[in-house]
Amino acid sequence: MPRRIVIGIRGIGHRIIESVWRLGYAARFFSLILLKSGTSIRRFGLIIRELYFTGVLTMVIILVSGLFVGMVLGLQGYETLQKFGAETAVGTLVALSLVRELGPVVAGLLFASRAGSAITAEIGLMKATEQLEAMGMMAVDPIARVVAPRFWAGVISMPLLAAMFSAMGVFGGYLVAVVLIGVDEGSFWSQMQSVVDFRFDIVNGIIKTCVFGVAITAIAVFEGYNAPPTAEGVSGATTRTVVTSALVILGLDFVLTSFMFRGVG
Amino acid sequence: MTTNPLVEIKDLNFSYDERAILKGINMTMPRGKVIAIMGGSGCGKTTLLRLIGGVVAPSSGYVRVDNQVVHELSRDKLFSLRRKMSMLFQFGALFTDLSVFDNVAFQMREHTDLPESVIRDLVFMKLHAVGLRGAHNLMPAELSGGMARRVALARSIALDPMLVMYDEPFAGLDPISLSVIGKLIRRLTDALGMTSILVTHDVHQSLEIVDYVYFISEGVIAAHGTPSEVRGSVSPFVHQFIHSEVDGPVPFHYPAEKYATDLNLENRIA
Amino acid sequence: MQRAKMDLWVGLFVVAGIGALLILALQVGNLGTYSEDKSYTLVGNFENIGGLKIRSPVKSAGVVVGRVMDIQFSTKTFDAVVTMNIDDRYQFPKDTFASILTSGLLGAQYVGLAAGGDEGMLKSGDKIMKTNSALVLEEMIGQFLFDKASEDDEGDSDKF
Repeated sequence: MPRRIVIGIRGIGHRIIESVWRLGYAARFFSLILLKSGTSIRRFGLIIRELYFTGVLTMVIILVSGLFVGMVLGLQGYETLQKFGAETAVGTLVALSLVRELGPVVAGLLFASRAGSAITAEIGLMKATEQLEAMGMMAVDPIARVVAPRFWAGVISMPLLAAMFSAMGVFGGYLVAVVLIGVDEGSFWSQMQSVVDFRFDIVNGIIKTCVFGVAITAIAVFEGYNAPPTAEGVSGATTRTVVTSALVILGLDFVLTSFMFRGVG
Repeated sequence: MTTNPLVEIKDLNFSYDERAILKGINMTMPRGKVIAIMGGSGCGKTTLLRLIGGVVAPSSGYVRVDNQVVHELSRDKLFSLRRKMSMLFQFGALFTDLSVFDNVAFQMREHTDLPESVIRDLVFMKLHAVGLRGAHNLMPAELSGGMARRVALARSIALDPMLVMYDEPFAGLDPISLSVIGKLIRRLTDALGMTSILVTHDVHQSLEIVDYVYFISEGVIAAHGTPSEVRGSVSPFVHQFIHSEVDGPVPFHYPAEKYATDLNLENRIA
Repeated sequence: MQRAKMDLWVGLFVVAGIGALLILALQVGNLGTYSEDKSYTLVGNFENIGGLKIRSPVKSAGVVVGRVMDIQFSTKTFDAVVTMNIDDRYQFPKDTFASILTSGLLGAQYVGLAAGGDEGMLKSGDKIMKTNSALVLEEMIGQFLFDKASEDDEGDSDKF
C-alpha cells in the first residue's frame, strides 16, 4: 500500500512542520509579552491583583502537599536508613531531596495544575467571549493589559511557592522523624545543616524554580491566548497547559540537574 | 450627498482560506446616519465590521474611515483611529472581572488623564442615558442579556466616538429589550451626532430606526436603499428577506441528492 | 474594599515566601555558619587524595576548621596539591600532620589536621610538610595479597 505510506509520511511531515511553526509563533508571542511588560510595571496594581489569584490561592495546596511529601519522605527515609544504622541522616535525606529536586519539581507540577490551568482557562474564556477583541477595539493592547501581568505574577509566585513547599516539607520530615519516631533532634538538624550547602543546593534549587516558573506561566498564557474560542477549545487548551508544563518541567529538570549537580559526592 | 462620508468602502474583496467571502463591495456611509447591513447568517456582515475596524486586512480594495485607509495605517495611527470608533459585540463582551461602573469607566481610565471625580460623573451620565444608572455596582454575571447589552452600549459611547458599530444588537432579546435597544441606538446617534453601523438580520426592528440599508448575499451587495425603497423592492432576495419567506433565492433545501435516490425508491419499483 | 483585602493577602504571601527562603537558607542550609572572609590558606601535597573533593571539610579533633578550596595535579612533583581555607580563629603549628580520612564506613572523605608541638605557627600560603595520603582500598587489598603470597612462599620453600 504505498499510497497509504505516502499519506502517512505526509501527515507526519505536516505535523512536524506545524509544531515547528507553532514553536516559532510561541517564541514570537513570548518576546511580545516581554516587550509589552512596561504597562504591568508602571501599573503594578495589575500584577498585585494577579499575584493574589496565582500565588495566594495556590498557597494552600502547596503548603498541604509540602507537609505530606515531607512526612512521607521522613517515614520512608527512616525505614531504609535504619537498616544501615544511619537514622540520624534522615534530616539530610529529607532536606536534600526537597531542596534539590522535589521542591522545584512537585511545586512546579502543582503550580501548573492549579494556577497554570486557571490562567489558561481565564484567558481562553476572555477570548471566547470576545472580551480580548473588545479590548483591542478600544485601543487597549490585550497582551499588555491581560497577558503580561499574569505572566509576571506567575514568574514571581513560583519561587516563593516552591520555597514554601520545601520548608513545609522539612517541617513534615521533622514531625515524623523527631516528634513521632524519636530520632534525636540535635543530630537531625546538625547533620542536615552540615550537608546542605546554601550556595550549592538551595540557590540551585531556587534557580530551578525560577526557570520552571517562567516556562509554566509562558505555556499557560500562550495556550490561553491561542485557544479556539469554543468550549472544547478552551478545555483542550487547559489540558494542554498542564500536560505540556509537566513534560517541560521534567525535561528541564534533567537538563538543569545535569549542569548543576555534575560530579558531586 | 456623499460629501465627505465617514466610511467609504471601494471594490473590497476579502477571502479566507481561498474562500471568497466578500466580492467587489462598494459602500458609502454618510456621517450622522444609522446604516444597516443585512443578510443571512455567515454572509460576511461581521467580517465587514472587522475590516472597518482594522482587525483584518482586505485581499484587495480598501476601506476608508474618516479619510484614512484603514489597513495602511501604522499600529499607533490605527490605535488612535480606534479610539474614535466603538464596537458593540453580539453578547456585550463586558469584562467579567469588572463591575458595570468599571466597565464603562475602562476606556476613560485607560486613555484619558481625567480625575476620578470627573470619570464618576461621566460614567453615571452614560449609564443614565441607557437607563442603568442604578445598576452601576452589579457584576456582568448578574445582568440579564438585555441589561448587559445596554451596559455595553454605554461603554461604547464612553469616549463620545464618531462611529459605533453594532454586531447583531438585537439577537436573542425579548420584545421589550428589542425596542429599548432600537430606540437607544437611534436616540444616541442623533444626540451625539455620531454614525452607527448596524449588522443585523432583524428586519422589523432595524427598518424602524435606520436611514439606509445594504443587503449582502453571497458576498456581494444584493440591494440597497432607504427603508421604504427596500420594503417596496422587487429584487427576489430582498423580497424573501423582508417578508420572511421560507423559500426563494435562499433555498429551503440544503443541496442534496434526489429525494427518490435517498429513499432508494428507484430500485424498489419493480 | 476588595482591593485592600487583596493587597493584604498578597503582602502576606510574599512575606511567607521570603520567610520560607530564609528558613531554608539559615535553618536547613549552612548559611549561618558560612563565613568565607575571615580565613587563611594552607597548602598540602598528597600522593593520593582518594575520594577527596572540593568543598570537603577540613577537621581537627573532629571539629570543622575549614574547607578544601582547590585540588590540582602538580607536574613538578607528580602528586596532588590541595589548597585549603582555614578559619582565622584556628592557628596550627608548623609540624602539623594532614591526613585524608574517611568519616564512617560509607562516609565522605575529609582532611584531618593533627597538631604537632612546634612553637612556630603556619601562616597564610604556607605548605604543610607532613602529609598522609588516603587509604585506597585496591592498594590495601593488593598489599594484603602480596604479603599473604610471600608468607606462603616462605612456607613452601621448605618443601623443595
